Amino acid sequence: MEEAFVFAILTATATVRVATPLILCAMAGLFSERSGVIDISLEGKMLAAAFAAATIAAVTGSAWLGLAGGVTAAICLALLHGFACITHNGNQVVSGLAINILASGLTVVLGIAWFHRGGDTPSLEAAARFMPITLPLADSVAGMPVLGTLYSRLLSGHNLLVYVAFLAVPLVWWVVYRTRFGLRLRAVGENPTAVDTAGISVTWLRYRAVLICGVLTGIAGTYLSIAHNASFVRDMTAGQGYIALAAMIFGKWRPWPAFGACLMFGLLDAIAIRLQGVHVPGIGEVPVQFIQALPYIMTVVLLAGFMGRAVAPKAIGVPYVKER
Amino acid sequence: MNGELPRWIDIGLIPILNLCMALLVSGLIILAIGEDPLQAVAIMVRGAFGYEEGIGYTLYYATNFIFTGLAVAVAFHAGLFNIGGEGQAYIGGLGVGLILLAFDSVLPFAILAPLGIIAAAAFGAAWAAIPAYLQAYRGSHIVITTIMFNFIAAALMVYLLVNVLIKPGQMSPESRVFLPNAHLPFMHEMLAGLGIQFTSTPLNISLIWALVCCVGVWAYIWRTRWGYELRTVGFNESAAVYAGIRPRRIVVATMCISGALAGFVGLNEIMGVHHRLLINFTAGYGFTGIAVSLMGRNHPFGIVLASLLFGALYQGGAELAFEVPTITRELVVTIQGLVILFSGALAYMSTPWVTRIYRALNRPAVASSEV
Amino acid sequence: MAMQHGARNGAVTPEGTHPPAAVELRGIDKSFGTVRANHDVSMRIGAGTIHGIVGENGAGKSTLMSILYGFYQADAGEIRVAGKPVMIKSSHDAIAAGIGMVHQHFMLVDTFTVLENVMMGAESGALLHSSIQKARSELSRLAQEYSLAVDPDAVVGDLPVGDLQRVEILKALYRNARILILDEPTGVLTPQETTQLFRILAALKAQGVTVILITHKLGEVMAVTDTVSVMRHGELVADRTTRETSKEELAELMVGRKVRPSVAQRHDTIGAAALAVEHLTVRDHLGVDRVKDVSFDIKAGEIVGIAGVSGNGQSELLEVLAGIRPPTAGRMVIVDRDVTASAPCDAAEMRNLRLAHVPEDRQRLGLVAAFTAAESGILGYQREAAYNRGPYLDYDAVAAHCGDLMERFDVRPPHPEIGSRKLSGGNQQKLILAREIDRDPRVLLVGQPTRGVDIGAIEFIHAQLKRLRDRGCAILLVSVELDEVMALSDRILVMFEGRIVGEVAGEDANARDLGCMMANVHEGATESRAS
Repeated sequence: MEEAFVFAILTATATVRVATPLILCAMAGLFSERSGVIDISLEGKMLAAAFAAATIAAVTGSAWLGLAGGVTAAICLALLHGFACITHNGNQVVSGLAINILASGLTVVLGIAWFHRGGDTPSLEAAARFMPITLPLADSVAGMPVLGTLYSRLLSGHNLLVYVAFLAVPLVWWVVYRTRFGLRLRAVGENPTAVDTAGISVTWLRYRAVLICGVLTGIAGTYLSIAHNASFVRDMTAGQGYIALAAMIFGKWRPWPAFGACLMFGLLDAIAIRLQGVHVPGIGEVPVQFIQALPYIMTVVLLAGFMGRAVAPKAIGVPYVKER
Repeated sequence: MNGELPRWIDIGLIPILNLCMALLVSGLIILAIGEDPLQAVAIMVRGAFGYEEGIGYTLYYATNFIFTGLAVAVAFHAGLFNIGGEGQAYIGGLGVGLILLAFDSVLPFAILAPLGIIAAAAFGAAWAAIPAYLQAYRGSHIVITTIMFNFIAAALMVYLLVNVLIKPGQMSPESRVFLPNAHLPFMHEMLAGLGIQFTSTPLNISLIWALVCCVGVWAYIWRTRWGYELRTVGFNESAAVYAGIRPRRIVVATMCISGALAGFVGLNEIMGVHHRLLINFTAGYGFTGIAVSLMGRNHPFGIVLASLLFGALYQGGAELAFEVPTITRELVVTIQGLVILFSGALAYMSTPWVTRIYRALNRPAVASSEV
Repeated sequence: MAMQHGARNGAVTPEGTHPPAAVELRGIDKSFGTVRANHDVSMRIGAGTIHGIVGENGAGKSTLMSILYGFYQADAGEIRVAGKPVMIKSSHDAIAAGIGMVHQHFMLVDTFTVLENVMMGAESGALLHSSIQKARSELSRLAQEYSLAVDPDAVVGDLPVGDLQRVEILKALYRNARILILDEPTGVLTPQETTQLFRILAALKAQGVTVILITHKLGEVMAVTDTVSVMRHGELVADRTTRETSKEELAELMVGRKVRPSVAQRHDTIGAAALAVEHLTVRDHLGVDRVKDVSFDIKAGEIVGIAGVSGNGQSELLEVLAGIRPPTAGRMVIVDRDVTASAPCDAAEMRNLRLAHVPEDRQRLGLVAAFTAAESGILGYQREAAYNRGPYLDYDAVAAHCGDLMERFDVRPPHPEIGSRKLSGGNQQKLILAREIDRDPRVLLVGQPTRGVDIGAIEFIHAQLKRLRDRGCAILLVSVELDEVMALSDRILVMFEGRIVGEVAGEDANARDLGCMMANVHEGATESRAS
């Protein structure tokens, strides 16, 4: 029993750490897509932010400057996407794809040119990273059964950006559903002409959404390179941007369900290695590749309508052009 | 798109302008990392066209880009975005490999070659058919499903090659090598048969097949009634229903054709170059196909030109990476991203001022003719 | 008493003074590329009046009001509100100046509630909490004052069309609009909803709100407005006081010449039934029955016209008969083919049965804008042997066919290789008509054949339809223009809310009786009940 509990705590902790970038990116994508701009470039923005954060942190020795650098890089790419899609009515899928490919190439090109380590950045000292934080009283209650372990091992001991990610969810929910900006955001994704005739700028609303997307993906990328790890490694995002996209769709473009999907996909990743070699009755050994593919398979099943309907914002993907 | 500009500007000048902008930014990046952009261009051109081996490699890469470019173009004309070329190429190669592994000891080349073509097409088509069916009959957005299917294909291939198809007793996840009668002839072999000396490169007869596919795609889309129906669905689905066309069937059929074309990358790689099944042979060809199709304005002729360009970029980039220590293959990836950006997303950014210049150049002619 | 173009028209009080104009437009010019939508338009609208702006499609009425509402900017000219010049660069400025607009196509978010739609854009703070309170109380006040009751928590996507319009009006009033523009408001309303709308407008007028009504329906103008402006081809051609003019005079001004409604001539070439419809019901995706238990037939050599306000099921009926949509219940019989819900028939099969279809929405259905005229000329018939040679399309035959159509039906310019979108609306319509008539069909379905078509082409198209009928074709004509239905039909059926509510022989038809049927008013019944 004790062993199972420890196993559960360890798995939960791993889930939290894996889910953090997913949560941030899913919330980011939510803002963009709710405003009507398709964004498949969460991956590229996160990668660029990871590189920028690690670079700045290595050069300045400051984690906070690294965070600023990461967010700035992601915002630059987000504005590029906005420029192409909002101002020039470009194809939003193509733009997202271009940014992903550009980021994956440019981060390595610059990394090799500046650091000569085959695309990685130098390993960071603790001072230049976001290190785990011990919550107050964590050490004193560690001895308490169940609750104490829960508090000291699961809730406490994560770095700052993990807490930021988890707090981001209720904040995002509140902004989208309880503020004027959120109301207008949801409106512009469903019927931009209605927003335009109400005297509000569609362009400015969408740019703001895209900017917020940049900020959140910037934090996600920073987490990857200077919080969760100690440097930037080439292609370190490894498809997590796409899993976050899948989680957002799985959550039907709503914050709390998307959060749940992120946790679920994070859990899958955390137990994937542990399930290797384990025999499931009737099926045999579950291949690790199957577990790795599971988030993608589940998203397809959802989109096929077998798990309820996922209805995107009505005006999504269509550039807003005033009709003659 | 702009009815005012003549066709030659729309399909000729503006794509070239977009390419120039992409190259300009690339040059700036090369400068930023401390290298000389003009020298870099010189090395790349020499690497791509300066000697036999380079030319061979350029054409070999171009072969794959023609296949994936055609795949994206066919889907595009039906109003669909097929980002799943990567996965379809992968599974197409799987099909080729399975057939060859099963029959290379019993069947001669004359039968294995067409079988390989059919297998590549069938498996590639099947991998595209599921997202197509989901889009047509369940309304699932094809962009998302094809992205997901790329990842699923990768996972599936790793599983199969590590656990099922691996040649016993070796570490690397590859199948055994096929028997010689299951190899597509290399170009240098065929040229040697004609008495022409040519350096050994991976370029093989698949290039001919790629060009055949170009003609076939052109004829299908613009010269047949099925192509007419395909284009109708792509332009105006309501009009298609009015005309008695069934959009759902067109969507599935088109994606199958698209997947089949992408699957031919597997024919080239598995039967033509590597002669065994292995992982990661698609190496980004699927995504480059999108860039190629965009640059080539979704027309087979433009796709051939764009494929040559990207083939030169790949081969020239490899040469550049070889000669300049600070530059690696990723520079080509970066340039590729910029091309997609300028030819795809920002494709019409230059249209307003090109239109202004065009009007200004034409106005004096009008004024003088009225005098 | 005829008035000059541009003369002032405000209501004159007994003392002889003019009340200040709520809105004054001076010298408005607006062009889109080479198309001149408004040319030197000057208009004066008195405060607290209901002012109508009439004109045919493309006259420039909507463009003018869109400029007033800030959706477009005029190329030249001035706008004055309550006597003071204002710069209206966006809808935001218009709203600030007290102008509100109810568009032809509703500007509502389907997933929001009524409350959220009203609030959006006019919230009282960054947080929604206070806005919601304020909006609720304001909405109930407005409901009282103008009898505009709508449930604030209803989801807009579920509401019927009449309620949607109320929400739009509430939106404008919530933003303190003193000038309300309504763009073709009654096109989608039933007659009852129209009457309710007019009551609301009267209530608004009583409160001092100025109402501007854009419409092409002269009956409504005569019923509800105080003053009216007539526009034609982007210019203002006349101002009138409503009680001093008539429908006929306004119609003449709109069109530019005397309009003589023609009546169908009797003829004797009617044959057997070519198409029969029995108890046909069509349900839409929301579960609403759009066509309810409709039965009729069309005989060879006759034109059956379906009259009715748009939105009463005619479009859905046409779609089922053309094979674009399957029936929900009942059946349709053409030749020996029974079409039912369990044995549906698509448009291709209908064509094989020699049924041709000229769609209501020609640009959306009838041709493909990106195709050449020649390619659009075989739309629906692309699999015919005449246009194919083996696996390939025979483009020479296709182009020759198109050239032939263009010549016979006077499509200009007669170049088959021209892009379909480059043809004008009237020429597109002629091409589509030519394509369908050329098949010498057994049955022809025609929807709104002369919508947006200029006068000369209208007469040509009517003549072609009559010739086709005389050759033995069974023609079903659906049109919202009563004059057109009366001019062409041998028999007229009236549709109201999905049912056939009346049938009249063509030669006995008159506008008043048909209008009553279209409004579902039974005068005979009322009299008999009263006696």
